[in-house]
Amino acid sequence: MSITTRNWTAGLLAAVVAIPAANAAFVSSADAEEVVLRAVKHSALRVLDPIMTTAYMSRNHGYMIFDTLFALDENFEPQPQMVDTWEVSDDQLTWTFTLRDGLLFHDGELVTSDDVIASLRRWGERDAMGQELMRYTEEMNAVDDNTFEIVVSEPYGLMLESLGKPSSNVPFIMPQRLAETDSTEPIPEQIGSGPFVFVDEEFEPGAVAVYRKFEDYVPRDEEPSWMSGGKNVHVDRVEWVNIPDHGTALNSVISGEIDWMENPPWDLIAVAENAPNVVGRQLQPLGSQGMMRMNFLHPPLDDPKVRQAIMYAVEQESYMQALVGPPEYYEVCGAMFMCGTPLETDIGSAPLLEQDLDRARELLEESSYDGEPIVIMYPTDVITLSGYPPVTAQALEEAGFNVDLQATDWQTVVSRRASMDPPEEGGWHLFHTNWVGFDVANPIVSQGLVAGGREAAWFGWPDFPEFEELRRSFAAADGAEEQFAVAEQIQEQAYENVMYLPLGQYIEIAIFGDHLEGVLEGPAPIFWNIRKND
Amino acid sequence: MALYILRRLLAVIPVMLVVAVFVFLLIRLGPGDPAAQLAGDAATAEDIQRIRERLGLHLPIHVQFITWFGNILQGDLGMSIANNRPVSSLILARLEPTLMLTLTTIIFVVLVAVPLGAIAAWNHGRWIDRAVMAFSVLGFSIPVFVLAYILIYVFAMWLGVAPVQGFVSPTDSLYRFFAHIALPVLSLSTIYIALVARITRATVVETLGEDYIRTAYSKGVRDRDILLKHALRNSWVPVVTVIGISIAALIGGVVVTESVYNIPGLGRLTVDAVLASDYPVIQGLILVFSFTYVLINLVVDITYAALDPRIRY
Amino acid sequence: MTTDVSFEAGARDERALSVWAATLRFLLRNRSVQIGGGLLVLMIAIALLAPLLWTVSPTRLDTAMRLRPPGPDAWMGTDPFGRDVYSRVIYGSRISLLVGLTVAMTAALVGTVLGILAGYIRWLDGILMRVMDGLMAIPAILLAIAMIAVLGAGIGSVIIAITVPEVPRVVRLVRSIVLSVREEPYVEAAVALGTPGHLVMVRHILPNTIAPLLVQGTYICAFAILIESILSFLGAGVPPTIPTWGNIMAEGRIYFQISPWNIFFPATFLALTILSVNVLGDGLRDTLDPRLQRSV
Repeated sequence: MSITTRNWTAGLLAAVVAIPAANAAFVSSADAEEVVLRAVKHSALRVLDPIMTTAYMSRNHGYMIFDTLFALDENFEPQPQMVDTWEVSDDQLTWTFTLRDGLLFHDGELVTSDDVIASLRRWGERDAMGQELMRYTEEMNAVDDNTFEIVVSEPYGLMLESLGKPSSNVPFIMPQRLAETDSTEPIPEQIGSGPFVFVDEEFEPGAVAVYRKFEDYVPRDEEPSWMSGGKNVHVDRVEWVNIPDHGTALNSVISGEIDWMENPPWDLIAVAENAPNVVGRQLQPLGSQGMMRMNFLHPPLDDPKVRQAIMYAVEQESYMQALVGPPEYYEVCGAMFMCGTPLETDIGSAPLLEQDLDRARELLEESSYDGEPIVIMYPTDVITLSGYPPVTAQALEEAGFNVDLQATDWQTVVSRRASMDPPEEGGWHLFHTNWVGFDVANPIVSQGLVAGGREAAWFGWPDFPEFEELRRSFAAADGAEEQFAVAEQIQEQAYENVMYLPLGQYIEIAIFGDHLEGVLEGPAPIFWNIRKND
Repeated sequence: MALYILRRLLAVIPVMLVVAVFVFLLIRLGPGDPAAQLAGDAATAEDIQRIRERLGLHLPIHVQFITWFGNILQGDLGMSIANNRPVSSLILARLEPTLMLTLTTIIFVVLVAVPLGAIAAWNHGRWIDRAVMAFSVLGFSIPVFVLAYILIYVFAMWLGVAPVQGFVSPTDSLYRFFAHIALPVLSLSTIYIALVARITRATVVETLGEDYIRTAYSKGVRDRDILLKHALRNSWVPVVTVIGISIAALIGGVVVTESVYNIPGLGRLTVDAVLASDYPVIQGLILVFSFTYVLINLVVDITYAALDPRIRY
Repeated sequence: MTTDVSFEAGARDERALSVWAATLRFLLRNRSVQIGGGLLVLMIAIALLAPLLWTVSPTRLDTAMRLRPPGPDAWMGTDPFGRDVYSRVIYGSRISLLVGLTVAMTAALVGTVLGILAGYIRWLDGILMRVMDGLMAIPAILLAIAMIAVLGAGIGSVIIAITVPEVPRVVRLVRSIVLSVREEPYVEAAVALGTPGHLVMVRHILPNTIAPLLVQGTYICAFAILIESILSFLGAGVPPTIPTWGNIMAEGRIYFQISPWNIFFPATFLALTILSVNVLGDGLRDTLDPRLQRSV
């Protein structure tokens, strides 16, 4: 032990002792010259391709670096974003769009019609709404560098809603060479025409993703409204930091190390809001919907009576208490297309809102149920999902089911739910998940209502051809009134068949330092328009 | 000596081979389909099959092993399934925080624990000794994550004297580096301070009982000189050994500490990879950790042999 | 060492029994053994009597009663699902002790068998020890996490996953004892007199391993309890459908600031249990074999 060791001790001691004097020092000394916005997202960014996956982190990444043709405003109206002007032919079959002048990709190339068409094509392979649009589309042509047309086989009422689809998968526009990538493979480069440039060298998957302002971005003149309007960037750099421990993340917002945290656990919001410099706000307008999905392929859940028994055995409120907690953040809501949307209706939802164990037992008695254990997948690693399965398990046991609650992780659920095998051979009976309101807000986007069986339906594979017809007629419906009438019919039948059970509607609060100004609401988190004050 | 070093170096090969086979089998026989994870929510069975073929997951297992092992010898640890990046680059990017955390911890442990153990030994049987031993048993029994939360609560939240989370490279700012690393090092080191203090104490107690020390006493050498010149001088042997042994356990602690304090190091990468069933990353991490462990023990053994003439080689 | 002398004397009748009783009395005079053993016996009693001690079923949900502070209805408060933390902590003692004791016994048993084989059969020694070296090179927690990922979460797989990394340490210990005992004159004499190999093993070698194994076993037990809680805490251990101390803490960790009891109570029980086992181990080591003091 010599002089060097003594210095080490001294250094460490000095560090430990001297910190109180400069609490701010570890927040912002190195970046005095640059304005950096640090945000904690709900999970880590992994797949850098918002078309290949529906993961919301990939979608959020898409909104940073890509731009869209149309974008939804706060009145649920699609507004032009990259598109300057457009027109529809009198027969309603040919749509012609002209892009704004001077749109540039991050590599300096101009955005052309060819880029747009290739991008829409790739999106149309993956996305449910895109697939629907492509079914109607006869051809897509580049008229010139700036103008393209989409020719449909019959009038299609959801054209602009499709091009301005706000949530996964969003029809982002990317360079043609990237859009020609196989849609099951991630794109090889991160080049878009959006307001931020992805800094690939500083990307550490699972830890941090870095964006800087795209200096050559040309924002629209309109005021921003949700995803539409001018995307003016007022910070130099955005860092998405992944902090898996919620408590740690929350405390860093309070201490000022982090500017913004996406959705802290609801019980802790009050802790953050009590801190002097932190505000909490709901940024995602519609909120989210919980979902219980059953497997229609195998006994006993292929029997509608058994599915109905489950519907009577559970009730929404218990789920919301277990998942969310404080009642100001959730709402019991029987509307499959969300409370607060134009299609809101509570038709058919009564059995789900009030637990009725007697009725459940009765139905079970009449059914083909034979005491086989119901396999429930229980992902324990995702806090916004782990609240549901124990509640279902307890309710089903009370109703007379045997339950096999299988704890696992979300990644395993994601792969296992794709299995059509019988539950005892690696398949499953039921699982729970959540949807952002926009992804269930109408019968076309809502994956849980696709009833095309093994070929076309979402995991669980309900197969009801007439129901599919009904759903299609929504796309063809003329005007809001007719759409609502069809939607009501769809919801009523969906509850009868127990296509899925909505488990309640909840909102997510973002907390951020009050030095942030101009934080916008929208279906996805928005990083433009924000100013960071000292 | 050269022969000894050579022999020890050669012995590394079978060990690493065992590790490689074990790791490969363990992970490949595991459940979960990485292709389905990659494909995501809206994938069809056909999509998943295409991805399986792209990843080579449809090949027979021995073919997969040979390909995998051949690549590893060339330094290619494969591609991360969750992140679609080379595993080696993921590991390299996370190396610094873990290295700094473990090094600072080891230095801190030695600085605190050796004097503590020596003082206890010197006061053998008295209250200081008892206090040190009680602390050591206690420190041994508190799980690192419990300690981490207590420290965050007290120092970061309540007193507000330390940052809650994160890591700053010492090349960016030495001051901020120490500020950020202080609580993680305290959390992580407690158990090792307990361990090393015990061992130092035991060795010094033993050495103090040796004949030559008694002789020195009888010659009238001063107490302090005896402790520093004779007793402590031999205590490096167990300390070096313990550092070698506890590196493996330290890595376990690193996994927990990095998770709680959000340090973007290899420990965090491990937990993330496990939760995402990212097989190639788990394999790569185990290989890297094991290789490091084997190398450190190699160095420890050689130091041991070089410094202590009593050890035959 | 008292034990091998008595065995060497060939006294396998009631004298041997009284030797054991004497050893036990001797052990019980040690302060560490008293404290550690007493505490451990208390923990074991709690675990055994758990169904009588808990107030409601440890898995009973009551979502309307979530995150309540400790009070007359819930002595240690409730967790995010409204389950009773006291009942869960009591239940958790069963899992922790089960895992700790099973791992210690399995590791000791498997390790002893392999260690004796390695020490006795020369051609096996090389292979076995290389495999053990390989296993020891993998950090215990990493190995355990990886094994659980493969075996699936469950108490059984957690026990296996914690045992495997511990086995090599026991093998090394037993093998070194075998190697040193084999050189002892009385063993060589027995071999020269034509005593069959298995008898030599049972009479001369096994008794010598008991004391060090007992000490090593207690440390393995403490370590296993700790690792189990870490695994659960990281979400890679016993499934959360089973209340273990690590799981209770894992589910409560994000609410640490508003309901610290979700961490505090299980942590206290966990620390006390590990403490008691460690203290007991120290006591055993000091009384049974002072020479062991040097090896951790």
